[in-house]
Amino acid sequence: MVSEELDITKNNLPAEQGPVQYVNELTTLNLGPTHPATHGIFQNILQMDGEKIVSGEQTIGYIHRAFEKIAERRPFYQITTLTDRMNYCSSPINNMGWHMTVEKLLGIDIPKRAQYIRVIMMELARLSDHLICNGILGVDTGAFTGFLYIYQEREHIYEIYEEVCGARLTTNMGRIGGMERDLSPTAIRKIKELLLRFPKVLREFENLFNRNRIFMDRVVNVGAISAERALSYGFTGPNLRAAGVDYDVRVMNPYSSYQDFEFDIPVGQSGDTYDRFMVRNEEMWQSLRIIQQAMDNLPEGPYYADAPQYYLPPKQEVYKNMEALIYHFKIVMGEIDAPVGEVYHAVEGGNGELGFYLISDGGRAPYRLHFRRPCFIYYQAYPEMCKGLTLSDAIVIMSSMNVIAGELDA
Amino acid sequence: MLTNEEVAKAIITQFGENVSDFDDPYDLLTFSTGREQIIRIFTYLKSHSTFQFGFLTDITAVHYPDSVGREFCVVYHVHSLTNNFRLRIKVYLTADDVHIPTLTPLFASANWMERETFDLFGIIFDGHPDLRRILNMEEMDYYPMRKEYPLEDSTREDKIDALFGR
Repeated sequence: MVSEELDITKNNLPAEQGPVQYVNELTTLNLGPTHPATHGIFQNILQMDGEKIVSGEQTIGYIHRAFEKIAERRPFYQITTLTDRMNYCSSPINNMGWHMTVEKLLGIDIPKRAQYIRVIMMELARLSDHLICNGILGVDTGAFTGFLYIYQEREHIYEIYEEVCGARLTTNMGRIGGMERDLSPTAIRKIKELLLRFPKVLREFENLFNRNRIFMDRVVNVGAISAERALSYGFTGPNLRAAGVDYDVRVMNPYSSYQDFEFDIPVGQSGDTYDRFMVRNEEMWQSLRIIQQAMDNLPEGPYYADAPQYYLPPKQEVYKNMEALIYHFKIVMGEIDAPVGEVYHAVEGGNGELGFYLISDGGRAPYRLHFRRPCFIYYQAYPEMCKGLTLSDAIVIMSSMNVIAGELDA
Repeated sequence: MLTNEEVAKAIITQFGENVSDFDDPYDLLTFSTGREQIIRIFTYLKSHSTFQFGFLTDITAVHYPDSVGREFCVVYHVHSLTNNFRLRIKVYLTADDVHIPTLTPLFASANWMERETFDLFGIIFDGHPDLRRILNMEEMDYYPMRKEYPLEDSTREDKIDALFGR
């Protein structure tokens, strides 16, 4: 027997209040700056109508470190460490991009072996970048397993970094004029092991996600952007290719011998989150192809250019040879003047076209250095992509865009 | 394949005396123009049937405090993806009048690039929908990338430039 007060089928409200009045009121929601799903420090102020996003506005700059200003006082070789801290998921690409910019300014030709080693390291960096992005996308949709499987492979890639340059995250890899050391036998063994082991792991990862019903429900047709809008918003990299534009700096303006390798550029169709995921997955297969080719055809020869003014001499020479000692001192103290010039050099970073605009007035440091950070430019499309979707979609879109706070703010 | 000469010739034919200082440092065609022309030039470049400069790569600025009358230089990089051709356009501004029209009606990506340039150099982009600081805090009352703000503390005496060879 249900008492009268508890009977939910009846309206228990006092009669004089009348029907409930709904006011069309928006809720302001702060997504970030320290929300776990932003994977970095930046804020989104969302206007929500219930669960729907009406509009959004990004606030960035929380980790702005004024790299461009700092660079104006530093000799060229010391700027490499600044580039590490932009896209810290793929630091070697930033490092190599900077070295190549300076080499272009100085007119140094890099030996083939150094170029191939650079390609290997850059593609390893792309692997680890995409691994993180796709793994985290899985985590944000509630699938932790795939992330854990592939995180182990990221660890192996970082071990290769350690073998090549001694560091893991902020690598400071390579030097102006080549690499700091040749690939050691251990590094070669580890790269070969990775090439054998990684395809199985990646295949397993794809099996977990690619046709997973729950995953597809979360990502298909979420955050789609047309090719036209993507181009207008300055998208580059996997995000642009997911929208169906086959723009890849490695192919359009080959650098560091990328023209020697055979690889495909995967493109998507609708530019939605699923396409971004699939494009990144496919790019990992292509990166493996490139690494395999580079390892198979690794040329013999020196791993640094003959540019004594810019490339540190071997340490043994410094103790015995006066010229070497002089160059060593001048390079370390940053007393080498660069020629006057103006260079724009772009590389295909983990997130797209990473550009370095360098103006040298003939001094020891750049007169002006500007980084074209792909994240910074395409992140402005975020409110447009989330509009009308739910909060859970917004999280997934942000993950799939791979916004790295370090690169966003520089 | 477009050549630098071909593009330069077409731009000179179209704009005559309004464009100048043609150069190609490291094979990247560069020229200067006035701020009155900048919208016309970008509209022309974007809608040109063969050039199709539809991709705005970058906007930034450079400060030259010593060149009187040309203290600020706003630098645009545009890219024609169909022709794989890059172009650099410079607009020089005087220090007491740092206004330039915005490119946001033509390229959505110009929004933040211009905000960043405003934030760091104080260049005012007329017609910009939301010209606020982006990387630095709103309360800041100077433009940090200008050369008059030295990076190191100028009162320190233990870091004399001469000792560091600069």
